[in-house]
Amino acid sequence: MKAMLAGAAAIVIIGVGSNLVLGEMGFSAAETYAGDSVRLD
Amino acid sequence: MFRLISAFALLIALALPSVAQQAEPATTPDRSATGGAQTLEDIMARQNGDTVDDTFRREATGDPDSAASTMDQLGTLGGASDPELWRALRYGTVDVKVSTADTRGRVLIQDGGMKWLNFREGPLTKYGLWLLAGTIIALAVFYLLRGKIRVDAGLRGATVERFKFIERMAHWTMAWSFILLGVTGILGLIGRKILAPTFGLEANATILMLSKFIHNNVSWAFMLALITVFVMWVWHNIPDRTDLVWIKQAGGIIGSKHPPAKKFNFGQKIIFWSVIVLGGSLSVSGLSLLFPYEITMFAKTFSLLNDWGLTSLVGLDALPTQMSPQEEMQYSQLWHAIVAFLMMAIILAHIYIGSVGMEGAYDAMGTGDVDEAWAEQHHSIWLDEVKAKQGASQNISKTPAE
Repeated sequence: MKAMLAGAAAIVIIGVGSNLVLGEMGFSAAETYAGDSVRLD
Repeated sequence: MFRLISAFALLIALALPSVAQQAEPATTPDRSATGGAQTLEDIMARQNGDTVDDTFRREATGDPDSAASTMDQLGTLGGASDPELWRALRYGTVDVKVSTADTRGRVLIQDGGMKWLNFREGPLTKYGLWLLAGTIIALAVFYLLRGKIRVDAGLRGATVERFKFIERMAHWTMAWSFILLGVTGILGLIGRKILAPTFGLEANATILMLSKFIHNNVSWAFMLALITVFVMWVWHNIPDRTDLVWIKQAGGIIGSKHPPAKKFNFGQKIIFWSVIVLGGSLSVSGLSLLFPYEITMFAKTFSLLNDWGLTSLVGLDALPTQMSPQEEMQYSQLWHAIVAFLMMAIILAHIYIGSVGMEGAYDAMGTGDVDEAWAEQHHSIWLDEVKAKQGASQNISKTPAE
């Protein structure tokens, strides 16, 4: 039972963490598609 | 006699590629009635599903060299009429300049896009969902006929540790994330075709927005768990000679035989390698979809297949090697969805056998400790190894001090 809950917790932590980390690294959709004449951020 | 048959079979196999060639050369149809445009025959042929050779249209994109001077009538068109300009845009032969300065921005009309959309909403959805439904029905029928596989000797009550905490945690991380990814993936596939007409456009938009968010973020957990599971269990899943006995008796799934097995029997090894290969393929195509237009693999793969002669071996024309960025992404999506359906069907069977299908199996991943009678019946060689290790450590601890 504990392993199941630990697995679920790992998913939440990795999921939220990856979202924040990738955003900081500049991999968000807004960052990728913005340009000189395209203001998305 | 056997040599004769095998020589004959080899001859047939080698003769197949010659059959794959075109039947007869196509004659150029007469298009004078329409002045070079498509005729009624072309339209009927396309509606019948025949392929129409469209070079007469693809190459009719105007001729700048024969343009009238800008002072003459229609001279400012530059030798290309509007239909010729649109044809050039459709077939991608016009030099487009865009402010995004990107390859995909230059594609204004993507000719192959409708084929992809029709396949995605038609056969892919239909056969994919039927595969899953058929698997569930087949498992239900199997359960009704075979019943739960019992431990013949009855549960003993004494347990032995099978999976440590870290093994179970990695498995459950992969399991929960796979279920989340599968459900959100199917929702994304059926959104426009089934969810929107049923629940309305607003509800569909909300469901799909959440689905995409969950799918894209949980994918990282799945990929990490996949790598962890591979590293932990790959040595125990390499096939060896004990598997031959297990295969011959089909694992004992029909009848009452109990073939011996080590930590993982051959059925589990099939599941392991399916998960690694299919999960790995999903991860790679998924990464291509997570970072759109940046990880393109199909043009290169198709040109390799063409070069190795594999496409002509099965009688196909050469696969396209020049594709627009959108086409690359469409192939990635199709591959991702097809492999996902296959893996979901296999995992449904895995969930069945680990839960209702077999008495005592769930404990392995639930608590990590399995009943000794269960281990004796299904993994006798593994149980002997574990007992021997336990005995050895007990002997060491029983040795009295000098």
